[in-house]
Amino acid sequence: MSDNTSEKKNEHGNGTTGHNWDGIEEWDNPMPRWWVWTFYLTIIWAVAYTIAYPAWPLVSGATAGVLGWSSRADVNAEIQAVEEANAPINAKLEAVDLNAIVGDPELNTYAVSAGGAVFRTWCAQCHGSGAAGAKGYPNLLDDDWLWGGDMEAIHFTVAHGIRNEDSEDARYSEMPAFGRDELLTEEEVDQVTNYVMSLSSDANDASQVEAGSVLYADNCASCHMEDGTGDREQGAPNLADAIWLFGGDYEDIKHTVTYSRFGVMPAWNTRLTEAQIRAVTAYVHQLGGGE
Amino acid sequence: MAILDKHKILETNASLLLIFSFLVVTIGGIVQIAPLFWLENTIEKVEGMRPYTPLELAGREIYIREGCYNCHSQMIRPMRDEVERYGHYSLAAESMYDHPFQWGSKRTGPDLARVGGRYSDEWHVDHMRDPQAVVPESIMPKYGFLEETRIDGKYIQDVMTSHSIVGVPYSDEMLAQAQADFRAQADPDSDYDGLLERYGDKVNVRNFDGQPGISEGDAIIAYLQMLGTLVDFSTFTPDASR
Repeated sequence: MSDNTSEKKNEHGNGTTGHNWDGIEEWDNPMPRWWVWTFYLTIIWAVAYTIAYPAWPLVSGATAGVLGWSSRADVNAEIQAVEEANAPINAKLEAVDLNAIVGDPELNTYAVSAGGAVFRTWCAQCHGSGAAGAKGYPNLLDDDWLWGGDMEAIHFTVAHGIRNEDSEDARYSEMPAFGRDELLTEEEVDQVTNYVMSLSSDANDASQVEAGSVLYADNCASCHMEDGTGDREQGAPNLADAIWLFGGDYEDIKHTVTYSRFGVMPAWNTRLTEAQIRAVTAYVHQLGGGE
Repeated sequence: MAILDKHKILETNASLLLIFSFLVVTIGGIVQIAPLFWLENTIEKVEGMRPYTPLELAGREIYIREGCYNCHSQMIRPMRDEVERYGHYSLAAESMYDHPFQWGSKRTGPDLARVGGRYSDEWHVDHMRDPQAVVPESIMPKYGFLEETRIDGKYIQDVMTSHSIVGVPYSDEMLAQAQADFRAQADPDSDYDGLLERYGDKVNVRNFDGQPGISEGDAIIAYLQMLGTLVDFSTFTPDASR
């Protein structure tokens, strides 16, 4: 490369850059005008932006910007606007009798859709996004309820939870671990397991059912009732239907009798507002099993 | 302009070009980074932050080892949908003892910045073992091996020491008692008064995985159950200038 300045001009009147590679030269054409102006505009835009929005660091803080924009103020204003818009209907929802919600179409529509959003955010992880539950987590679509399925009972369960340490009013009961704590021998556990199976289907070993029924009457009937239909006051499941929270095959039931189960649900009155709790109550109640 | 004509000196001397390039980049870096050290509103002071307990720190190491951050963020942005789903937006101060922070940049799974206390320990055990058992639509892999892998906290003091080198205020006592505190937190039948004295009364002391002994499951659940629970937002007033 040499720097021999050429005197050549092209049709636009521009010379060369003066670069010369073995006789190959380069026209010194300017950038397209539209491009140059766009470039200058972005510079102007950048300066204006730093004046309008928080940008320049000073001694103890940054400039706030003439628009006064703040992401925190934005989100607060947005949340407040929604809360204000919903305030009248939320107040109505909190004031009305729980059983009257369903009779008010406007209120019911609001409660069920707001409750659906609450359910999908806070409840779906355990009870499933469709509320069908999972092993160890109750199905809320059927009409088999552990602690009661009317509006009051659901509302209380949602507000205070089950067997948690957050709420003093949490629903509580504890089944003894008959096998682990040696209240029953393993043979007796087998017998009572067979009896419990016979309540809803066929026992594994029919010869043990009779001995199991005696053990059941002495050990289990006080909570699960003599006919096995359970007791909602104590959250004692119905054993006579074919619905099983912790599994209904022989090994699962035997495990339950041996080690007991201790399902926990959080208290939601520490996290949700009363209106949200009532909304999710209405949502769960209308899923199919509400009483 | 005369100075622009001198540009050729730089362009034709590689070493000089390198030196001046570094100079320009340094100026840019100083303008962006230096003010953060003196601006008072960069990190607002909040009450309640404490360093991770040894067990939680071990859980955090597992979180990083398993690459949980590839799918889970820990950063609730100040937007209404996020605040309503996950809770109060994250504050910079809440990551003050995170080295490195786990803000993440991609959410295949949900944000975990405030997952602490949201689910029971049993749920976490079920979910780690088989995520689809509780969330059928989940694509999270199974982490059942965590509850089967025993850990004894043998090296946790070294991990804490390395964190204290980068500024986490672990006291000499915390470091000396690291392994004892590590064991105490997963065993509610132990004498854990020292642990609470060193790390505060709000520390969760439970048998997190529900099995005897300490497993990686205990550690990761202990870590998850404290995420985002340290700052009491009922007494917190956000700085309006931010």
